Amino acid sequence: MIHRFLPLLVTSAVLVVGFLLCAAQFPAFASLRVVGNLLTDNAFLGITAVGMTFVILSGGIDLSVGAVIGFTTVLLAVLIEQGGWHPVSAFAVALAVAGGFGAAMGAVIHVFQMPPFIVTLAGMFVARGLGFVLSTDSIPINHPLYAELGDLALRFDGGGKLTLPALLMLGVVAAAVVCAHWTRFGANLYALGGNRQSAELMGVPVGRTTVAVYALSGLLAGLAGIVFSLYTGAGYSLAATGVELDTITAVVIGGTQLTGGYGYVIGTFIGVLIQGLIQTYITFDGSLSSWWTKIAIGVLLFVFILLQKGLLAVWTGRGGAPAEA
Amino acid sequence: MTDPTPTASPPLLAVRGLSKAFLGVQALDGVDFTVRHGEIHALLGENGAGKSTLIKTLTGVYQRDAGTVTLEGRAIAPRGVEEAQRLHIGTVYQEVNLLPNLSVAENLFLGRQPMRFGLVDRGAMRRRARAVLIPYGLSLDVTAPLGRFSVATQQIVAIARAVDMSAKVLILDEPTASLDAQEVAVLFKVMRTLRSRGIGIVFVTHFLDQVYALCDRITVLRNGLLVGERRTAELPRLDLVAMMLGRELEAAAHRIAPPGNDGEEDARPPLVRFRGYGKARSVEPFDLDIRPGEVVGLAGLLGSGRTETARLVFGMDRADRGEAAVDGQAVRLRGPRDAIRLGFGFCPEDRKKEGIVGALSVRENIILALQARQGWLRPIPRRRQEEIADRFIRLLDIRTPHAEQPIQLLSGGNQQKALLARWLATEPRLLILDEPTRGIDVGAHAEIIRLIERLCADGMALLVVSSELEEIVAYSRRVVVLRDRRHVAELRGGEVAVDRIVAAIASEPVPVEPRP
Ligand SMILES: Nc1ncnc2c1ncn2[C@@H]1O[C@H](COP(=O)(O)OP(=O)(O)OP(=O)(O)O)[C@@H](O)[C@H]1O
Ligand SMILES: [Mg+2]
Repeated sequence: MIHRFLPLLVTSAVLVVGFLLCAAQFPAFASLRVVGNLLTDNAFLGITAVGMTFVILSGGIDLSVGAVIGFTTVLLAVLIEQGGWHPVSAFAVALAVAGGFGAAMGAVIHVFQMPPFIVTLAGMFVARGLGFVLSTDSIPINHPLYAELGDLALRFDGGGKLTLPALLMLGVVAAAVVCAHWTRFGANLYALGGNRQSAELMGVPVGRTTVAVYALSGLLAGLAGIVFSLYTGAGYSLAATGVELDTITAVVIGGTQLTGGYGYVIGTFIGVLIQGLIQTYITFDGSLSSWWTKIAIGVLLFVFILLQKGLLAVWTGRGGAPAEA
Repeated sequence: MTDPTPTASPPLLAVRGLSKAFLGVQALDGVDFTVRHGEIHALLGENGAGKSTLIKTLTGVYQRDAGTVTLEGRAIAPRGVEEAQRLHIGTVYQEVNLLPNLSVAENLFLGRQPMRFGLVDRGAMRRRARAVLIPYGLSLDVTAPLGRFSVATQQIVAIARAVDMSAKVLILDEPTASLDAQEVAVLFKVMRTLRSRGIGIVFVTHFLDQVYALCDRITVLRNGLLVGERRTAELPRLDLVAMMLGRELEAAAHRIAPPGNDGEEDARPPLVRFRGYGKARSVEPFDLDIRPGEVVGLAGLLGSGRTETARLVFGMDRADRGEAAVDGQAVRLRGPRDAIRLGFGFCPEDRKKEGIVGALSVRENIILALQARQGWLRPIPRRRQEEIADRFIRLLDIRTPHAEQPIQLLSGGNQQKALLARWLATEPRLLILDEPTRGIDVGAHAEIIRLIERLCADGMALLVVSSELEEIVAYSRRVVVLRDRRHVAELRGGEVAVDRIVAAIASEPVPVEPRP
């Protein structure tokens, strides 16, 4: 029981210890304001990473998410600023397009039995390309609703606040935890990641589940795109470049196996916060180059993968005490 | 076979004229198959006869080319396992491993979890999982991942899942392959209970004893064709075998004198010698000598340390005490590579996990160990590879359209033969076989036993793990008996007999001390 959650515990410990170290160095760190900003700044990343967790749990990968975020921001900007659409209808269209895009990739993966890596890599180029077709410039979005939504927040004493993006992310994470462990869809995802053939012979609807998980990942990337456009107040086809790699990193740091079948959504959430924490630390410090963020995250990632490998060997290893009756 | 008259109530499951072809193979050709309410129906045939294909076609894993299937008179055409399950047809497929990453409870209820307020009721699922396992005498932590349990336990969980889902038809494709005698007895009890409730059971096996102990009727397939359906009571064994093989099996299949003469001729130096060899929590220290041309059997119940002994000898597990010597020279076995360099071969028990490389061809699978031993920098010429592959395909009667077929497309038993061929091709000095005849049909069974003798005559030494005591007795010169992870007895010459082995397994205090 204990070691099933061990990767998760280790990840959480890293977050707590990291936070305490930061707070020890910069007393201003331990404030609701910093925590609130941490959540807001990483909201789009967290939302995307939830979808990525599902895809990876099912034994796949989705490299298109960053491009889909970028595309969504441009689509929103074009619809609202040039098309004169109301943002709410633009949001609905963007979500539908992003979800449909994911579903199409899932269908290709299932029907043609193609490796997800290749299909979503192609999806990445297509989504980026479509963004450029819409516009190559960064388009500011000036609709009044954007300003209102930007101000919307739960405020606490001491300057802390939970903005709309942060709230959305927390909601998505909570819904995803329920989905992973208390729905049949969630069980099917783990089953698919465990062993595709066995899952099929046990009656898991492999095709439907594959399409659904990529659709969900696309949908969440679309939502992340909306959050990103709220956050930056603009649409730009180069936005969120490399975010697919950041999300994969968060998923792995969070203890999910890249080969599928093992892991937890909540771990991914912590993984996102750890990345955010490192970034915030470097901002606080001021003297460090922002590249140190990447280096720190790279080292962390490496350590975590080694840790997981060791744990898995202990967990599934034979030759230990007989486990059964 | 009498066709149901219009007045009689329709049979539970009726398959008529079912055909299924794969690229290059007509796996089923116009097969009829009928299961009645409350019967256990054996589906028999050689490796590659089409048994698994029949099962998969009628449960929707494959789509049929022609034919009809009716369930209680209604035509059905499931397009997937899920749909078959909804029709109350539960199946344990031959290659099912369930899902090692999910808990026992989740495996049992995947796709049919108890729900409450639209969400999975995990508490109810755990409770029901425990209840489902009671008839099998399994009380285990149902929240633990399935992968933590032994192959046998996993197999029982798979069976329990299928039984729990099969309100009408239960299909078991070689379910007993990794169970010991006691577990088989439990399974049979469950099957009889289900039969008395009117459920129709389809049972595929290669153990004829099990057929006669349990089944009411027998349907035999050969090369994708229906040979016939008979009542078990009216079909003598020899006739059954003749139906399966399409020829008489020479009676020589069993009772062959152990090679060499009995008794004292042990003066030859042993090929391998182990002294005080063992590993904590795996096998107690043991002594073992194997001479060239000798077959040593390892007998004992499942979990008695048989497989562990074999793994130690091959270096797959590392010993933490004792010494090993080959040709009188002390050696260290730090891994299979060391063992292979010394001329050892090992054919593992769990072939699916440790053996075949599914996407590679039959030829490539057969050549694999030989190529690995000689190093990948010196490829075996293609012509030579083909010769070797063809030779073993003929020798072991591996049913495949050609040597280039991906091995995963072969029937389960034929994959096993190819794996055996892989090690035989290396012409090892010591070959370790873990359950060499599991899942192999009667014809090939006799073939493999004959092959074992021929190899020994050529000077190869063999260490064989097997649950089939008759089989062990048939070819072993000496038999080491294990119990509770200890070598408790070593029988030689005239002592090698089934009752002596059983006595050694069953005896409470250690009756025969292993020699110091
Ligand atoms: N997916 C597939 N593609 C191509 N050929 C196949 C496929 N599945 C089975 N076959 C072929 O169909 C034939 C029947 O195989 P099947 O698995 O039904 O045999 P079986 O009677 O179950 O044998 P066994 O006792 O060895 O399990 C074999 O020749 C096999 O090679
Ligand atoms: Mg089969």
